[in-house]
Amino acid sequence: MKMKGAEMVISALERENATTVFGYPGGAVLPLYDSLFDSSIYHVLSRHEQGAVHAADGYARASGKPGIVFATSGPGATNLVTGIANAFMDSVPLVLITGQVGTGSIGTDAFQEADITGITMPITKHNYLVKNVEELPLIIKEAFHIASTGRCGPVLIDIPKNIQDEIGEFDYPEKVDIQGYKPTLEGHPGQVNKAVKLISKAKKPLIIGGGGVIRSGAGKHLLELAEKGQIPVALTLMGLGGIPGDNPLFLGMLGMHGTRTANYAVMEADLIIAVGMRFDDRVTGHLDSFASKAQVIHIDVDPAEIGKNVPVDVPIVGDVEVVLKRMLKYFKPGDIAEWKEKTLQWKNEEVSDYSCEKSSPEVLTTPEVIKTIFQHTSQLDTIIATDVGQHQMWTAQHYCFNNPRTLISSGGLGTMGYGFPAAIGAQVAMPEAKVFCISGDGSFQMNIQELATASYYRIPVKIAVINNTYLGMVRQWQELFFQKRYSSTSLSGNPDFCKVAEAYDVPARSISSAEKIEEAVTWALAEEGPVLLDFQVEPEGNVFPMVAPNRPLNEIIDGSDK
Amino acid sequence: MKHVLAVLVENKPGVLARISGLFSRRGFNIDSLTVGETLDPHISRMTITVSGDASTLEQVVKQLNKLINVIKISNVTEDPAVMRELMMIKVQADPQTRSDIQQIVETFRGKVVDVSLDSLVIEITGDEEKLEAIKILLQHFGIKELVRTGKVAILRGSKTTRESNGTVPGN
Repeated sequence: MKMKGAEMVISALERENATTVFGYPGGAVLPLYDSLFDSSIYHVLSRHEQGAVHAADGYARASGKPGIVFATSGPGATNLVTGIANAFMDSVPLVLITGQVGTGSIGTDAFQEADITGITMPITKHNYLVKNVEELPLIIKEAFHIASTGRCGPVLIDIPKNIQDEIGEFDYPEKVDIQGYKPTLEGHPGQVNKAVKLISKAKKPLIIGGGGVIRSGAGKHLLELAEKGQIPVALTLMGLGGIPGDNPLFLGMLGMHGTRTANYAVMEADLIIAVGMRFDDRVTGHLDSFASKAQVIHIDVDPAEIGKNVPVDVPIVGDVEVVLKRMLKYFKPGDIAEWKEKTLQWKNEEVSDYSCEKSSPEVLTTPEVIKTIFQHTSQLDTIIATDVGQHQMWTAQHYCFNNPRTLISSGGLGTMGYGFPAAIGAQVAMPEAKVFCISGDGSFQMNIQELATASYYRIPVKIAVINNTYLGMVRQWQELFFQKRYSSTSLSGNPDFCKVAEAYDVPARSISSAEKIEEAVTWALAEEGPVLLDFQVEPEGNVFPMVAPNRPLNEIIDGSDK
Repeated sequence: MKHVLAVLVENKPGVLARISGLFSRRGFNIDSLTVGETLDPHISRMTITVSGDASTLEQVVKQLNKLINVIKISNVTEDPAVMRELMMIKVQADPQTRSDIQQIVETFRGKVVDVSLDSLVIEITGDEEKLEAIKILLQHFGIKELVRTGKVAILRGSKTTRESNGTVPGN
C-alpha cells in the first residue's frame, strides 16, 4: 500500500499495538503530527521534551511495553538527551522518533539542525537516520525489536522532514532478522548445571537480584529459588519489588544506603548468586573487598556485564526468567540452616528505624512521611515514582515494595527531574493504579512544568514534595565529607509549591507537623485528580545507614556517633 | 599486549564512528584500524589492533559485539595468519646517497615510486618488524614524511574469518 512516510510511522505504530505517544511538536515533525491527528493513538503533550521522554520511560517501566516519544529536530531532539541516557542506563525500552531537517539540508547547519544520531550514539542501544522512505517500515520494525528484546534500551529514529512527506510502499515486515543482533536467551545448560551444584554445596549463599529480575518478569521464579533453598535475598534499588519486601528471606536493599543486614551478608557470603544486576559502584562499594569470601554466579542477558566489574566463577548469559526456570528444575537445596539463622539474627538486630534526627520535637521527618504513605497504600494497587536524592533513598528503605514494577526510579543515571514525568507516564500506562510521585524540592523544580500536563489530562498523580529547602543528598555529603561547608546546596528561594500547583489547577496542601501527615495522605488518595502535598521536613536530616563511596560494605555509618 | 581483531561490519554510514566512539568512551586504545569493503559489498572488514590485558580485550570484544552493525569478531592474534601493512616513506636523497638508499629498498623488496632531485618516495609492505627495520635504516638519510596504512590480516589455509568460530570470549 502506498502512503507518505509520516503515515507509515503511524501505521507501523498501530501494527506494534502502540496506544500512546508522549511528545512535543515542532517544524520538522509537522507531517508526522498531521498524520497523528487522524489516528486513534493517544498523544500526551508534555510541556518540555524531557518531560515526554521521562514519561515514556515511566510508562515503559510500569507496563513493560516500549515507551514511544515524538520530538522535533534540533533543540527538540537535544532536549531528549538526558531522558535517553537515563533509559539507556536502566535498560528501559523506548522508541524515539525525531524530525530532522530535509535530506538536502543535512550538514549545512540549517535552522534547527542537530546531528542527533551522532549525539545519541553512546546512549542508545541503536539509532537510525532514515535516508529513503522505502526503508522506513523495516527500520521501525527493527527499532521495536531491538528496543524490547535482549537487554532492553532506547532506540532512536531520525526522520528528515522530506522523507515524512515522500510516498513509498508500506509493507510492514512480520519478522526481522538482524545479522549482528542475536541475543542469547537460553542459558548454557552446562553452566546452569555448574551453578545449581555450586548453590547446593554452598554454606552461605546469598542471592542478589537487580533490575533484570523485574524486566524479565522473573520475580516469582527468583522467589521460588530462594524459598526452595531457604536462601536469603538482597535486592538492588532497581530490583526492589522483585520479591516481596515483607518476605522473611528478604534482607533489604544492599549497597551505599542498604541495610546493615544485606551488606553484612554480602561480606560474609561464600556464594553470590547475582541475578540481572551489574555490580554498580553504588552497590559494591570498594570493589576489591566486595564479597571477597564468595564465589560468584552471574546471570545476565548482556554478556558484557559479566566479568566487567567483579570476577565471575560461573557466568550464565541468558534471560533471567529462562535461566531461573531451568535452574529450578535441577536445584537441590543444601543445608544452610546456620547461615539463615545468622542472617535472621542480623535482621532482628537491625535498627528498624534509622529515622533522621529532629532539630525540634514537632518537626516532621521524611521516613515518617514515607511510612505513612506506605500504611495508606499497601493494600492498594500502588506505584511509587521517585526523583533522585535523599527522598529516593528513604523511599527505598522505608516503603515496603511487595510487587515488581511498583517502584519507578532513576537508578543508573540518577536523574533529578525524572520522578514527576515518570509518574505521569506510569499513571497513563496503569490508569487504575494509585500513583505517588515522591520528589524533593530540588528535583521537582527540574520538571515542574509538567504540572500542566497532569492538570490538563487530569492524570491523578499524587505528588509528595519532600521539601527540606536543600539539595539534601549533596548537603549530606558536604556535612560528612566537606566539613559542613554547604556550598550552593541551600535552595532558599523556593517557590510556595502549593501556590504553584494551584496556579495549574492542581489542589495542594502544605504539611509541617507530624500529626498532619496522615490526614494529608488520606485527602490526597481521596481526590480524583492530581494533587500536591508539600511536606516541610527537617532541613538537615541525613540518610542512614550509609557506606561512604569506595569503602567496604561493612564500614557502615549509622549516624550514632553524632 | 597487542591483539589483532578482524571485525566484519555492515557497510553502512556511521559504522566507523560507532566503533571509534566506543573505543574512546570506554577508554580502550586503538593502535591501528583499517577498513575496506569485502567480497560482499554490504559487508566491510575492519582490522583493529588494540593493546591491553586479557580483561580489557574481553570487554572490547563484548562491547563491540553489542553494536548492532557488528556481524562477527575474530581474534586472529594467535591464529596462523598473514599480516601486512603498507608504508610509504619520503626520504632525503642526493646523487651521493641515492644508490645506497636504492640498495636498501631492494634488499627489503620495496619499490621506489617517485624520484625528485633531493628526495625519493619508497613503497614497502610487510609485517611490523620489517617496516620498523627499514624505517630505522632510512632515518639515517633523513625521513621527510612517512605514512602507513595500519595492519590487515587474513587467515592462512582455506578457513575464512567468517567461519572461524573464534578465539573470542563472551558470545
